[in-house]
Amino acid sequence: MNRFIPFISFAGLVILFAAMMSSERNPKELKSALIDKPIPAFSLPALIADKPIISDSDLPSDTPYIVNFFASWCVPCRAEHDSLINLKQRGIPIIGVSYKDTPQASLRFLNELGDPYMLSISDERGRTGIDFGVTGVPETFIVDANGIIRYRHWGPVVGEAALAKVFAALEKVEQ
Amino acid sequence: MKSLLKLTYQSLCLMMTVLAFSFAAQGVAVDEQMLDDPVQEARARILMQEIRCLVCQNQSIVDSNAELAQDLRGVVREQIAAGKDDSDVKAYLVDRYGDWVLLKPPFKGGTLFLWLSPILFLFMLAYVMISQRRTVARNTSQPQPLSAKEQAALKTLLDKEKPDSDFKEQEQGKTS
Repeated sequence: MNRFIPFISFAGLVILFAAMMSSERNPKELKSALIDKPIPAFSLPALIADKPIISDSDLPSDTPYIVNFFASWCVPCRAEHDSLINLKQRGIPIIGVSYKDTPQASLRFLNELGDPYMLSISDERGRTGIDFGVTGVPETFIVDANGIIRYRHWGPVVGEAALAKVFAALEKVEQ
Repeated sequence: MKSLLKLTYQSLCLMMTVLAFSFAAQGVAVDEQMLDDPVQEARARILMQEIRCLVCQNQSIVDSNAELAQDLRGVVREQIAAGKDDSDVKAYLVDRYGDWVLLKPPFKGGTLFLWLSPILFLFMLAYVMISQRRTVARNTSQPQPLSAKEQAALKTLLDKEKPDSDFKEQEQGKTS
């Protein structure tokens, strides 16, 4: 029996390393601390709206929605834009939060690429971003009908794998 | 000659220590709005060393130039100026970013293995060393004397060899 101990421990390490290195896992991506927590309160100027200040009470109620942090200076956000338009056409309301960007630059960005947002707000100082635990843009949160955050996508929603995950999370929330 | 070398070496060590400390003291970027109260600012600095920069991930927010680290330094300063104590500020950040934002992980259920694994490995090492020592002791112990039965078997084996050696003796006798 003792002869097998080195072999068994080696096999165990191989399995451990293989699991850790699998493509599904990104070690730089942190698990969001806000999953299953209510959406943080905020009160920020609107980017495009007839109301000057938008707060969390203006968010949709009784229906799931998406909160997307973006910035005009963020290149992956450009790449992600088509996916957002795609999600909008699917009928899910998207709230855009422009993170650490001037409202003018954010507006230019939306005019150029199209506006996927039902509501867009400007978080110029990035404090609401901190309240959401954002570490960079883009980040996308899926919120259920009760205002509870259920899923966070870190990085751009680009490619089939990322879209499939977001759609799966949406379906769960829409049930 | 030897004492001179030793002296040079010692003064070099001292110089490096002094340099290391002076670099550490200049950690934070100069363009930042610091707290007016130097006591509070010093407290904020110490606290910042325990907060991880989530962009660069292996630096504290004192050491990092990332924009998020700057913002988090601002948050720490604001909260300290507002009279919050260190654990409040940490809790505020943990609520938003999880335990990982603290460079020193808290001791709790999920981190039990992390904290206790060194002790576990120490026990494993001790076990391996003791068992190895036992095997060595067994292998080097004095051999048992032969039993009567074994003696008899040996004798018959030796007797079998005898005709052969007689033959050799004869051969040697011939040639000499």
